[in-house]
Amino acid sequence: MKHTLAMLVVNQPGVMARVAGLYSRRGYNIESIAVGKTEDPKISRITLVVETENEAELEQITKQLYKLIDVIKINDITRDDAVERELALIKVNATSANRSQLLEIVDIFRAKIIDVSLDALIIEVTGTQDKVEAMIALIKPFGLKELVRTGKIAMVRSAVQS
Amino acid sequence: MKIIGAEALLESLRREGVDVIFGYPGGAVIPVYDMIYQKDFPHILTRHEQGAVHAADGYARSTGKPGVCLATSGPGATNLVTGLATAYMDSVPVIAFTGQVATSLLGKDSFQEADITGITMPITKHNYLVKKASDLPRIIKEAFHIATTGRPGPVLIDLPKDVSVDSLDYSYPKTVNLPGYKPNYEGNAKQIKAASAALAAATKPLIYAGGGVISSGAEQELIRLAEKARIPVTTTLMGLTAFPGNHPLFLGMLGMHGTAAANYAVTDCDLLLAIGARFDDRVTGDITAFAPHAQIIHMDIDPAEIGKNVRVDIPIVGDIKNILSALLTQLVPGNYEGWLQTVERWKKQYPLTYQPQEGTIMPQAVIEELCALTKGDAIICTEVGQHQMWTAQYYRFTRPRSLITSGGLGTMGFGFPAAIGAQVGNPGRLVIDLAGDGSIQMNIQELATVASYQLPVKIIILNNGYLGMVRQWQELFFEKRYSQVALANPDFTKLAEAYGIKAYTATKPEELRELLQAVLEHPGPALLNCLVHPEVNVLPMVPPNGPINRMLGVEAK
Repeated sequence: MKHTLAMLVVNQPGVMARVAGLYSRRGYNIESIAVGKTEDPKISRITLVVETENEAELEQITKQLYKLIDVIKINDITRDDAVERELALIKVNATSANRSQLLEIVDIFRAKIIDVSLDALIIEVTGTQDKVEAMIALIKPFGLKELVRTGKIAMVRSAVQS
Repeated sequence: MKIIGAEALLESLRREGVDVIFGYPGGAVIPVYDMIYQKDFPHILTRHEQGAVHAADGYARSTGKPGVCLATSGPGATNLVTGLATAYMDSVPVIAFTGQVATSLLGKDSFQEADITGITMPITKHNYLVKKASDLPRIIKEAFHIATTGRPGPVLIDLPKDVSVDSLDYSYPKTVNLPGYKPNYEGNAKQIKAASAALAAATKPLIYAGGGVISSGAEQELIRLAEKARIPVTTTLMGLTAFPGNHPLFLGMLGMHGTAAANYAVTDCDLLLAIGARFDDRVTGDITAFAPHAQIIHMDIDPAEIGKNVRVDIPIVGDIKNILSALLTQLVPGNYEGWLQTVERWKKQYPLTYQPQEGTIMPQAVIEELCALTKGDAIICTEVGQHQMWTAQYYRFTRPRSLITSGGLGTMGFGFPAAIGAQVGNPGRLVIDLAGDGSIQMNIQELATVASYQLPVKIIILNNGYLGMVRQWQELFFEKRYSQVALANPDFTKLAEAYGIKAYTATKPEELRELLQAVLEHPGPALLNCLVHPEVNVLPMVPPNGPINRMLGVEAK
């Protein structure tokens, strides 16, 4: 199953290579990886989406990741109440004939058109991975020219006081 | 104090208590070598960088202190790779310094540039590329801390040439700040209690001890546990010397070439105490048939080892010495006398044996003879192959840290340079490299090193004219198709003599003892080339992936 891991790492050159390298050499797959500085510039946050066969495999890879000196904390937030977002930019063929249809889809998904040319549009969509995928599926028949996705980032919600 | 990077390096090593560097100069480290010259820092010049890293490793394994090696950039650095992987697999604290092209030339395919931090990422515990001279003291402090604490391992520091000549305001940090590195030393009290309860309830417990016992310095605690509770002990290859080879509770090594008694005991026991061992495939054989009736207690400093290869009932993460000490205070052993009798019967019924053959030196006999002559007290280094397994089987080690062998990576060519490091670290002790005729040639250039420093290392070659272990597998599993294993060897005695090293060849069983004695008593380095029976197999043997209680070559006596 897919797991979302939120990792805190020391912000230094090579830390991404260490994390990604560990995955590939132990034979695991990374579905997506997103990285950026946190509020503390010495610390970066890596959000990893990984596909694992079972819990034991996930436990093993988590322990191996912890052995990296630069890894501070790993949380599996798959089952947590977390806000998850991914952003995609989609360049699609758009002619005068189908442009209005595309605009309708963009509207339904609360996406944005961020560039228009004579024969194409660039759409920006933000949301859960499911939403981004659904949108891509609907756009595809129009002639998808280019696609770029950020990979998932996530944040656990704060507890609500009862 | 304003000094340059190269001096900061040596000053930091001095503060870490480093008394020798094993190394080989080259362009990118000339400033460091200039400082070694100026400061007269103790340095052993090997004849190949691989020799330097294995020597640092042998120094570390035999003394328990970190070993330090130094190589230049590019090919110098890549020549360290096998040695670092060897140290990594066996958890040995080695600090490797490599020269690097100047920071301005990095990433430009400059002369003798290699991305050594990238290359060694999977085979070091951690590594560093130093970008500024002012970072050097902190990095060295961290490197020694990381290499020697938790589960030990090699750390590499890549030093661009400009960093070694740039000035810095030197002060050596007293502490490290590594938010992502916090090894756990204290075993969980509840788990230790559970282990104690499991021992009280068990009827057939067995200790399976590994190299972690030695890394932790817990040999005495292990002996106390075994003796107090009366539990039989088997060890891995890396765990040999953690327990006295002549102790009545000792069953010998387990696994592929383990003793029948040890392997039967694993298969039959109802409680297995894995202490600083990692359930390697050469130990377990068919993992589904390993210790099938046993509850498993696994003690290890590295949480990632728990549950990696086998299911564990009672995991205890922490330093072995701490865990065993805590366990000893609350130990309520059961009565295992019936089990001890069974194990004793196996030991008597299925001892290690071989068939002596008229007129030929048997390789096992060389090791038995050597063990008798040295009273099990020498530091034995080995290469990898048949001679290594015979050493593990027939040499009865009496002191911790006296077997220096590449267990995890299985590196041929390791033993001889490792013996150099062990001899440098233990000047008063007898250090022997037990080698095969294949392995010794993988770092034979180091004959020049022992000759030039007059290091009294003894080399004993079990010369069967084959890559014996591969030949054995070809005999047993490939219908004797001996592909590329017959070696046309040089005359080893003449070769040694060319380096100015005393050397003998033994061809007949009756001259073996005398020549062994001559070599051992020679004050300087010496070599004995033993022409042994060419086609002897290491037995017992568990066929690959088979259950470990089904061994070839086990006959009841």
